Amino acid sequence: MSALMDRINALLAPEKGADRVVPPTGFTASLTMFSSGAMAFLAVFAMALSLATTRLADRWGAELARSSTVRISAPEEQMAAQTSAVVAILETTPGVRSARALSDAEQKALLEPWFGPDLPLENLPVPQLIEVVEEGDGFDPQGLRLRLQAEAPGAALDDHTRWRRPLVDAANRLRTLGIMSLLLIAATPGAMITLAANAALSANAQVVSVLRLVGARDRYIANAFVRRFTLRAFVGALGGTLLGMIAMALLPEASTAGGFLTGLGFQGIHWFWPLTVPPLAGVVALLATRAAAQRTLKGLT
Amino acid sequence: MIELQDAGYGYDGRALLSSISLSLAPGSFHFLTGPSGAGKTTFLKLLYAELTATAGRVNIFGQDPRMLSRDEVSDMRRRIGVVHQDCQFLDHLPMRENVALPLTVARRDVSAEADNLDELLSWVGLSGQAASLPPELSGGERQRAALARAVITSPEIILADEPTGNVDWEMSQKLLTLLVQLNKMGKTIVVATHDLNLIRAAKAQVSTRVLRIAGGTIQAAGADL
Repeated sequence: MSALMDRINALLAPEKGADRVVPPTGFTASLTMFSSGAMAFLAVFAMALSLATTRLADRWGAELARSSTVRISAPEEQMAAQTSAVVAILETTPGVRSARALSDAEQKALLEPWFGPDLPLENLPVPQLIEVVEEGDGFDPQGLRLRLQAEAPGAALDDHTRWRRPLVDAANRLRTLGIMSLLLIAATPGAMITLAANAALSANAQVVSVLRLVGARDRYIANAFVRRFTLRAFVGALGGTLLGMIAMALLPEASTAGGFLTGLGFQGIHWFWPLTVPPLAGVVALLATRAAAQRTLKGLT
Repeated sequence: MIELQDAGYGYDGRALLSSISLSLAPGSFHFLTGPSGAGKTTFLKLLYAELTATAGRVNIFGQDPRMLSRDEVSDMRRRIGVVHQDCQFLDHLPMRENVALPLTVARRDVSAEADNLDELLSWVGLSGQAASLPPELSGGERQRAALARAVITSPEIILADEPTGNVDWEMSQKLLTLLVQLNKMGKTIVVATHDLNLIRAAKAQVSTRVLRIAGGTIQAAGADL
C-alpha cells in the first residue's frame, strides 16, 4: 500500500524541470479538460439515474410485496358470511400481519376517479375488498388460495405479483442501463485521452527523441505526459462534477405528484458518490496516457 | 571502452556497414572521415546504441546493447555525450535549460550545479545567450551549446557528428580547442568530419587516429594524413 502511495506521489509531485521538457500544448489541453468535464457532468446524471432507479426498484418491490388484496364476489346474502370467513382465515395465516375489509366509503373513494363522486355503490354489485398487510417473509399464496377456495368460494387472492414483477423488472433494467452508461462514460474519456496523448506524443516526437538521446528513461518521458493529462482530466472532471451536482441540486424536490422524475436527484449520503468522479477520471487518464506513452516509446530506439 | 567485432549494420537486406573490427581505448581521439553517405553517422549511432548492429557485435563499456533493457541503454547513454549534426534542442526551452537537460533527466539537482553550468556556458562562450531560445542562436553558437550539453555530466566518451559543419574556420578552431581540452582531461573523443584541415589542426595539438569509412567498412584504420 505504501509502495503504491509512493508511486502515486512520485507521479503527481512535479519533478524539478521535468514538466517543462514537454512543450505546452494549448489546444490538446483545452480539449482534454473539456471532454473530461463534459463526461463528468454526464456521469453525475447517469449516477443519479442509476441511484434513483435503485431506490425506485426497492420501493416498488417493497411496497407491493407487503400488501395483497382479497376480492369477494358473492351473492348479497352470502357476502357478509364469506367476508367474515375470509378475515378469519387471514387472521390465522402465518405471514399475515393484518386483514381488514374496506368500508363502503373506502371502496367508493377507490372507484371515484373512474365513475365520479355520485356513484350509487349500494345499487351496484361491487365486490368486497379485503386489504391484507404482510409481515416477515409473507404468506404462502398457493396454500392461502386453496383454503379460500374451500371456505369462501367467491374469494380471489391478488398478491400483486403480476403488477409488481414488470415494474421491478423495468426499474432493474433502468438501473442496469444507468450502470452501463456510467461504464461507457468512463471509457469514452479514456479513449479520447488516448487519442489526445497519441497526438501529443506524435507532435513531440522530436522532444522524445532528444530526451532519449540525453539518457532519459522511458518512465521519465512517459510521466511528463501522464502527469499533464492526468491533472487536466482531474481538473476538467472536478469542474464537470461540480456543475452536475449544482444541476442536480436545482431539480425539483421529490414529490408524489411528480413521480419518478422528481426523485431523480441525490438523497442523503448519495451526495458523496459524485465526488468519486474526478479521482476516477484522473485514474482513467493516468492509465490511458501511460498505455499510449509506453506503446509509442517502445517503437523508438 | 567501445569494441566492435566484425560489426555491421544494414536494413531491407542492404548492408550499409560491414566487417568493422576496432577498439576505442579510453582517452583516445579519433576522427571518422569518408564521403557523404558512406555511413559515418550510422557508425556513430552504433557507438551510442541509437542503432544496434545487425551483424557481429558492438560492446559499449563491455556490454552489448542488444542484451540490455531500455532503462539500461538510457543509463549507458548518460556516460556518452553526443553532438548531433543538427544539434537537436528543445526549442521551447532557453539554452541554459537545454544544456542542463542531461542533468534534469538524470534527476540531478540543477540548482546545486548552477556554478558548474555557468562555468561551462562561459567556457563555450555562451554566457550571454543562456536565456535565448535555440532558434535565436547562430549555427556556431548552437554547435557550441550542443557540445556543452554533451559534456555537462562529464561523460567518458564524446561523439560529435560534423560539429564544424555549419561554422566558419575561426569557430571550428574554437570547437576543436574545446574537444582537445576535453581529450586532455581523459575523455575519449570520436569526431565524424570531412574537414581535413580540422584533422590536420587537431594532429598538431594532440595524438589522433583517423578512421576512413568507404565501401561500407573501415578502410584505413590508424592511417595518418
